[in-house]
Amino acid sequence: MLTEAITHHPLFNTVKLGIKSLMLHKLRSGLTMLGMIFGVCSVIAMLAIGEGASHEAQERIKRLGSTNIIINSVKPPEEQDNNTSGRSFGITYGLTYDDASRLQFTIPNVTSVLPMRIIRDNVRFDRYQEPCQVIGTLPSYPTMQGINLVAGRFLSMIDDKHQRNVCVITAGLAHRLFPYQTPINSTIRIQNVYYQVVGLINETGTAEQRPQKGEMEGEPLDNNVYIPLSTVRSRFGETLVRRNAGSFSSETVELHQIIVKMKDTQSVIAAEKQINSLVRRFHEVNDFEIIVPLQLLREAEATKRMFNIVLGSIAAISLLVGGIGIMNIMLATVTERTREIGVRRALGAKKKDIVTQFLIETVVLSIGGGLIGVVLGVLVPLLVSVSTDMVTIVTPWSVGLAFGISGLTGIAFGIYPASQAAELDPIEALRHE
Amino acid sequence: MISEPKTIIDIQDIVKIFQVGEVEVRALRGVSVAIEEGTYVAIMGPSGSGKSTMLNILGCLDRPTTGQYFLGGENVAQMDDDTLSAIRGKRLGFIFQSYNLIAQLTVIENIQVPLIYQGVNLKDYEQKCIELAELVGLQDRLDHRPTQLSGGQQQRVAIARSLVNDPLMILADEPTGNLDSKTGAEVLEIIDRLNKQGKTIVMVTHDDDIAQRADRVIRMKDGRVDEDEIRDRD
Ligand SMILES: Nc1ncnc2c1ncn2[C@@H]1O[C@H](COP(=O)(O)OP(=O)(O)OP(=O)(O)O)[C@@H](O)[C@H]1O
Ligand SMILES: [Mg+2]
Repeated sequence: MLTEAITHHPLFNTVKLGIKSLMLHKLRSGLTMLGMIFGVCSVIAMLAIGEGASHEAQERIKRLGSTNIIINSVKPPEEQDNNTSGRSFGITYGLTYDDASRLQFTIPNVTSVLPMRIIRDNVRFDRYQEPCQVIGTLPSYPTMQGINLVAGRFLSMIDDKHQRNVCVITAGLAHRLFPYQTPINSTIRIQNVYYQVVGLINETGTAEQRPQKGEMEGEPLDNNVYIPLSTVRSRFGETLVRRNAGSFSSETVELHQIIVKMKDTQSVIAAEKQINSLVRRFHEVNDFEIIVPLQLLREAEATKRMFNIVLGSIAAISLLVGGIGIMNIMLATVTERTREIGVRRALGAKKKDIVTQFLIETVVLSIGGGLIGVVLGVLVPLLVSVSTDMVTIVTPWSVGLAFGISGLTGIAFGIYPASQAAELDPIEALRHE
Repeated sequence: MISEPKTIIDIQDIVKIFQVGEVEVRALRGVSVAIEEGTYVAIMGPSGSGKSTMLNILGCLDRPTTGQYFLGGENVAQMDDDTLSAIRGKRLGFIFQSYNLIAQLTVIENIQVPLIYQGVNLKDYEQKCIELAELVGLQDRLDHRPTQLSGGQQQRVAIARSLVNDPLMILADEPTGNLDSKTGAEVLEIIDRLNKQGKTIVMVTHDDDIAQRADRVIRMKDGRVDEDEIRDRD
């Protein structure tokens, strides 16, 4: 019944006729469609590649938390002064416990402040040994970072108060250290101190922890050991000594990172300036950096918008070129088929019938090209994903947009040739050779 | 008893002036003709005398500059483009000198073309179209394309096409002009047969022999009717 209704609709016959007329010149119609095919295909493919790239970046930023402001200790640029030429020297820099409490009590709209010490070390169990990050932090860490507990519990206020030797480790590290045992309640060793494992968590955001620049290269990212901040302070101290080619260097850092959680995203941007001036007031050198995930996210979005505008322009130009190609061919077709137009007019076709006929022919050309373009546009990113390890995301709206534009281009560039056809005088048209 | 014959065409004092740049070409200078239903009319006359111009006006393809044209009682002289299209589609059949079939369509599809613009369901008319193809002897060529047919066969398709909408009359401008005398005669036979069945035919021709077949011969000269001869056929 439905197919019957469709196949008997006058439009169906017009479309069929349009396809028939186009099939009369297969090569010509094919070449004309190429413009549309390339246009639509390139829009979809480029958007898919762009979307894939920006998606990854945005996901990473989002994991940092959009209401968080992250302050990192940064080793100040080394002054080329005279006492470097030798044995040992020590520097003190970075964020302090005082900074953390000042932030907590001076900045408006702060929900919580999370101070952290991050130390690179090795963790041992039995005969296994793994490089790791020791993270001294507070019990609020998992909620603030949005991290899930896998087993056991996280550090508690009591752990912190009593400087207990307990730790929570990441699931990945647990897997490597305890291939055959349950990690909970086992005891691991860092340096010469033993810690009891009380819980396992899923850490995904560690790429951003960055204790010291450049040190993390090539290390597994989820080898984290969380220990109460007070425990870290008493076991590790604040000064790290390193030996470098015969000379010692020591760094004294109280806190490596402070995460400030704001009430809402509105207060984030204002707070950044306040935090900056507050911290700067108590630091003589530039030994900290402020990272605002929200701002990074906005920047990433702005970059993406920019990218989309550039793509959009390229797409518009290629579709325009495709459209002009189609219009050109249709004008030639109208001239070529002047006689046919005259005959149809003599046999009862109204002007609008002629307009419809040629418009549909143009739309069939452009939508046909658009369809092939969509298929290729979906296949190309797939090929890119398979052959390289780039992530590509074909968004439905880009397919809809490209396809819709191809149809609209057909109509826009078909109107002129079609009206030219309809305006022909029937007698003149019949006399045309 | 024979009922009073009905006048289907009545043109009164038709003038057609073509404006070619500065020059006015007076193609018709006051033509009045009435044609009764079922008549076979031949229009003759020297080249440039206005035969085609007159036929175009009769076929509602063109409008007279001045004058009245009643087609089936309706004054169509100054109707707008769309209305004239509708009238052509509903009430007139055309046969052209150069067949004018549509190249990308098959025989049966060509016969259907006038129906497309009537907005009817083509399925309902399939049988009729096949019968028309039989009438002109092309029942086994339904799916052929015009390029696969001879001139005479193409003209026969055109005749079938002119009949598909049951027109009031058939207008033909030198329908045998492109055909040799034998195939031309075959085409004329079909037209004769249509006329015998009651169709009104108006045909432009140069050929006196062809004009012999008509009931009435209108001879034109310089845009006027020079001679209007009603003959008796048996
Ligand atoms: N579209 C037009 N524009 C200008 N002049 C025209 C036009 N159509 C016809 N004429 C002129 O009108 C006159 C009559 O032309 P028409 O075509 O009716 O002649 P005809 O009797 O059919 O001649 P033929 O036997 O050669 O076909 C001619 O002088 C012709 O030049
Ligand atoms: Mg003529």
